[in-house]
Amino acid sequence: MSTEIPEGPLGLLAELTYRCPLACAYCSNPIEIAAYRDELSTADWQRVVSEAAELGALQCHLSGGEPLLRRDLAQIVATARDQGLYTNLVTSALGFTEARAAELHDAGLDHVQVSLQADEPTLSDRIAGTPSFDRKLEAARRVRELGWPLTLNVVLHRQNIDRVDRVLAAAEDLGADRIELANTQYYGWAWRNRAALLPSREQLAAAEVTVRAAKERLRGRMEIIYVVPDYYATYPKPCMGGWGARQLVVVPTGDAMPCLAAHELPLPRANVREASLEWIWRDSPMFTAFRGTDWMPDPCASCSRREVDLGGCRCQAFALTGDATRTDPVCHLSPDHHLVEAAVEEANEASTRTDLPLVARPHA
Amino acid sequence: MSVTVSADAVPRLGRGVRMRYDKARDRYVLLLPETVVVLNATGAAILELCDGARTVDGIVAALRERYGEVPPEQVHAYLAKLVERRHVEMTHEH
Repeated sequence: MSTEIPEGPLGLLAELTYRCPLACAYCSNPIEIAAYRDELSTADWQRVVSEAAELGALQCHLSGGEPLLRRDLAQIVATARDQGLYTNLVTSALGFTEARAAELHDAGLDHVQVSLQADEPTLSDRIAGTPSFDRKLEAARRVRELGWPLTLNVVLHRQNIDRVDRVLAAAEDLGADRIELANTQYYGWAWRNRAALLPSREQLAAAEVTVRAAKERLRGRMEIIYVVPDYYATYPKPCMGGWGARQLVVVPTGDAMPCLAAHELPLPRANVREASLEWIWRDSPMFTAFRGTDWMPDPCASCSRREVDLGGCRCQAFALTGDATRTDPVCHLSPDHHLVEAAVEEANEASTRTDLPLVARPHA
Repeated sequence: MSVTVSADAVPRLGRGVRMRYDKARDRYVLLLPETVVVLNATGAAILELCDGARTVDGIVAALRERYGEVPPEQVHAYLAKLVERRHVEMTHEH
């Protein structure tokens, strides 16, 4: 058992804005996007980045929404670089113009991750909710031209997973260094769209064969990160490497959380406008509530895997059961596992189509 | 596929890889997209010499000067592992 305070966060995930030109139905942003319009100022973000570095953070992920919608992005990048942080831009690539790219390059941005919704424009634009595929390819090429490493981020789900071989081929064509093939995690808008997004067992099995072969074939040339769909897993994932253990998320309005899906958990808010990041990280109830293993109920408390899975995901437990303290229902040992099984069964009914209507997230 | 490292190849950090000292934890680390690699003292000593100018042989020689006996095969194996992970890339020999 342990509740000791970890030495400091390894990474800061700065969700600069929830405004976005895309409308992806799997977005992890909260449903109440309109409640996040009162965004932190440039000076606030620069202070947050500096305090995170002081606490021990080594990386700064700049995400959203679409971080390029913040005109001060390069200033925030420059501050992060001054603090020695590795800076990583996570973008839809809309707005990644030549001028913007040059400005970010000058500011010292280390790495760019571009999202792709599919391997071809019709499906990609349908999922993104706006014509964007061609601009994404153009932006990906610009990333390479400026000498950055290129990662492509592809969220996998029922409507695009059958094309994973072609997605990988597109990534090879673009000369990507890495591709993240992440099965959808069901928070925010993805939770609302779960029935239209959850793939069947058969779809997953085929994709996994393709991915395994590609990993072998591309070893040493392109790194493939495959994030397994935890609804089909036996054990839950150790979410964020443990609650308040490695990652620190700050959302557009300044609320700090251990996980980007923690908006709705019934915990007192911790906001960088009102408290230091050090207090938030070490002492705030938001960060201490599920730190370590002492909070765990059974079956986790007496499980030999408690230090491996760390109880799974608090936000998923809350979404599925309404109680954030329960074992992640993804675990086959969870008393609530039937909730996950029911969703999986529904996704495997023979009649279920792969083009069910999606509820688009709003742009802001 | 295993990588072999030739003595006259010139290693440098891979694209998008940075090495720095982590004051908070008193150790050297490699920073990569979404990853932090913690280095031990030997690893840090080797990687500090991967400056895109020295050859692998040159690195072994520099390590010898500093630490005495250094088995070249250990340096080769370490670099091969990092090349395979793309933390290090080899430029062509002079």
